[in-house]
Amino acid sequence: MTLLGNFALWTALLVGLWAAVIGFSGRWHGRPELALSVTRAVYALFAVLLVAVASLWQGLIRHDFNIEYVYSYTSRNLPSYYIVSALWAGRKGSLLFWATVLSMFAALAQWLTPARYRALMPYVAAVTSSVASFFIIVMLFASNPFQRLPVTPPDGNGLNPQLQNIGMVIHPPMLYLGYISITIPFAFAIAALLSRRLDTGWIQAIRKWTLMSWLFLSIGITLGMWWAYVELGWGGYWAWDPVENASLLPWLTMSAFLHSVMIQEKRGMLKRWNMTLIIGSFLLSIFGTFITRSGVIASVHSFTQSNVGYFFLGFLLASAILSYTLLYTRWDRLEADVHLESMVSREAAFLFNNLLLVGVAFSVLWGTLFPILSEAVRGTKIAVGPPFFNKVNVPLGLLLLALTGVGPLIAWRKASTGNLRRQFIWPVVTGLVVAILLLALGMRNYMAVVALGLAGFVVGTLGQEFARGTRARHRMYQESYLVALGRLIARNRRRYGGYIVHAGMVIYFCAFAGYAFKTEMEATLKPGASVSLKSPYGHVYTFTHLGVSQFEQLNRVVTQASVQVTRDGKSIGVVNSEKRQHFSEPAPGVRQKSFEPSTEVGIRSNLQEDLYIVYAGSVAGTEEAVYRFTINPLVLWVWIGGVVLVVGGLITMWPGGVVSGTPRHKQAGYEVQLAGSGSAP
Amino acid sequence: MNSSRRAFLAGLGGLALGGAAVSRLSAQQGEVLPGQGETGTLRDPISAGGARERVTHRDNDPFVTGVEKRLHCTCGCTLDIYTCRTTDFTCSYSPALHKEVLALEDQGKSADEIVAAFVAKYGEKILMAPKPEGFNLFGYVFPTLAVLLIGGVMFAILRQRTRMREVAASAPVPVPPLPRGAARAVVAAPPASAEELSRLERELKELDP
Repeated sequence: MTLLGNFALWTALLVGLWAAVIGFSGRWHGRPELALSVTRAVYALFAVLLVAVASLWQGLIRHDFNIEYVYSYTSRNLPSYYIVSALWAGRKGSLLFWATVLSMFAALAQWLTPARYRALMPYVAAVTSSVASFFIIVMLFASNPFQRLPVTPPDGNGLNPQLQNIGMVIHPPMLYLGYISITIPFAFAIAALLSRRLDTGWIQAIRKWTLMSWLFLSIGITLGMWWAYVELGWGGYWAWDPVENASLLPWLTMSAFLHSVMIQEKRGMLKRWNMTLIIGSFLLSIFGTFITRSGVIASVHSFTQSNVGYFFLGFLLASAILSYTLLYTRWDRLEADVHLESMVSREAAFLFNNLLLVGVAFSVLWGTLFPILSEAVRGTKIAVGPPFFNKVNVPLGLLLLALTGVGPLIAWRKASTGNLRRQFIWPVVTGLVVAILLLALGMRNYMAVVALGLAGFVVGTLGQEFARGTRARHRMYQESYLVALGRLIARNRRRYGGYIVHAGMVIYFCAFAGYAFKTEMEATLKPGASVSLKSPYGHVYTFTHLGVSQFEQLNRVVTQASVQVTRDGKSIGVVNSEKRQHFSEPAPGVRQKSFEPSTEVGIRSNLQEDLYIVYAGSVAGTEEAVYRFTINPLVLWVWIGGVVLVVGGLITMWPGGVVSGTPRHKQAGYEVQLAGSGSAP
Repeated sequence: MNSSRRAFLAGLGGLALGGAAVSRLSAQQGEVLPGQGETGTLRDPISAGGARERVTHRDNDPFVTGVEKRLHCTCGCTLDIYTCRTTDFTCSYSPALHKEVLALEDQGKSADEIVAAFVAKYGEKILMAPKPEGFNLFGYVFPTLAVLLIGGVMFAILRQRTRMREVAASAPVPVPPLPRGAARAVVAAPPASAEELSRLERELKELDP
């Protein structure tokens, strides 16, 4: 199968290069028949890469340990779902996965994009094929997933125990889907620049793609936090690790784009800025790949180091220079249709929201790269960890939260004093009440008070928006309040879906604020011994060690420590935490330990707080166990916030409804020209 | 009846005493048998991650944990010493660094002095975040300064432009001379119908969703 896989990769390279070269030159020279060939090449590229994926999957499923990748990431006794997900567990397989998904998105873009954008499609195909070809080149010349070993080992190395979690099956693909799908809006942006069709047409064409990309990134990041929390055992979900930061960067710039694009659609402003943002988002997605695969910055997530980092750095620089040079040459054509009329307008609020989102992205990037910069300037190695990021980003994040509440309250074009007074009074009162209440209850972490007070302000804003809309429908159509609310959302999906996304963000911020009140302790307990810990809410938890048991399960020996937990004297059940020693079986009856024992955390969640119990090990091989007990307030709300955010995103994306901001006039440049020629010029 | 009841209760007492003696005996035996009793031994201690030391009061001391949270573990994990030693139980660096912290505390050093001793020994990279001094201070303030500066400049330029536009809009616009009869037509324009007004209102609402 490696032969077929290699053949598929070489064929994919030829097809990709054909599509890239002919896509650019055929469209440039006005050869419509070549445009058709390019479209077919995009479909062919996807089909050929699917063959490569099928070849690798077959190698994985059949335990062909002569393939270096199969040997490195699987073993005979690895559960089947991890064998399937091993496709993206290592650098080589993840590159193949990336190229294949990109070719799938490219094919979908060609297939689904309405005919009125046909003029852009050869360029879109050329850009997506260029990017896919780059990934195929990296595989063929630096990181081939079909590379064979000189001898066939009897069993594989197995999958890292920390990757043997359901999160491994879904978190990386979601993040990859987010990263990869940014290429499609980027391709449309480049196509618009090359074809000089710089009205809002290309923006309309990519609306769903940008939302989808942002949504996948959101899901991927949230799942990553969940995976880190339940699997790594350190009691947190975000550590400002360079790879975590790399996923946050395009999410921030895409969030900025999703806001600023509304201004271009409604008012014809910010055209240059939107181009800059979409190109920047694409470059940041490649930057994330570079960080993960180059080893240039220390990270717990990094793949093994290799020379692919140079490929990515070269591609990143080339893409940045070419894209921004192209943008520069079209700068004059991207003049705004109208100008800002007032500083007290929704447009201005969106501008400052964009500034903050990009500012946070810059500060995250700055912190991630600062160790390199500092070493270059001072010759001293430093580490930049959570205290740095928290100091720099928390104030900017709080300002952003405030603007989340301000934006929907200000009218488009120009807000009057009366409008401001009417709109702001309730949200401001809500925020102040929350802050005063928290202070009265004794909360003295002022940053948390500010965060929760601002969250109250945003909730006030959102509540007011929903209440006014529902009341208006109730009055106009005599609908019940519930029906009115449902129809309000259904008829204005983009607007109210966006508000639900904002609600998800508020929940996130509240949950993050709760993390400041985390309490923890270590204890050594003999069976029957107890220890107590007071939670930030004043509950007293008592942990009684029941004992340690050992048993075999799937491909591992499990050492399970059990704790009886009571809250304020009432039993809330038994919580188990484990040590897992994985093993491989190179021959029947022969067992080899693989990797160091890993930890499985015992978690008991409720809406207030999480009990997070880690069995650290035993004293002198007895049942006397060492534990770390942590009480994490509001963690469940992180996952709830993620779900609300995704639901809001899906509502926004859902087809149909009245899409506010849709231009009342056709895009003349698209319709007229195509009607005359019958094909792409 | 009485004697038989007494005999029954005596028998029950004997059984209880005997049971207690048996249970004590089995408990004593259990202490030496693997996997049984109060502190039974593990069948496969290696799979449980090797032996751990007992936690002492000082391991949970807020002073010690506070210092350790300011210092990086040197194993390459990107975590602080406290989190690493209570998370990655295969790390041999963080327990050793923890002992160094305890030893320095025993010497009567303050938190800042312990941190300074670590920096002197391991270099600046031992800190979880660089000290906000010199070039590092620039690292801390630059992003926020950049945002404030750009925001300030943006605000000033946009404010000036919007004011200029407001002034231009409020200036009287010269009206070109109308052709003969046109003035009458303007004056005589009929008032907007209710349908037109409602359409205008609808479109204005759409402008402000």
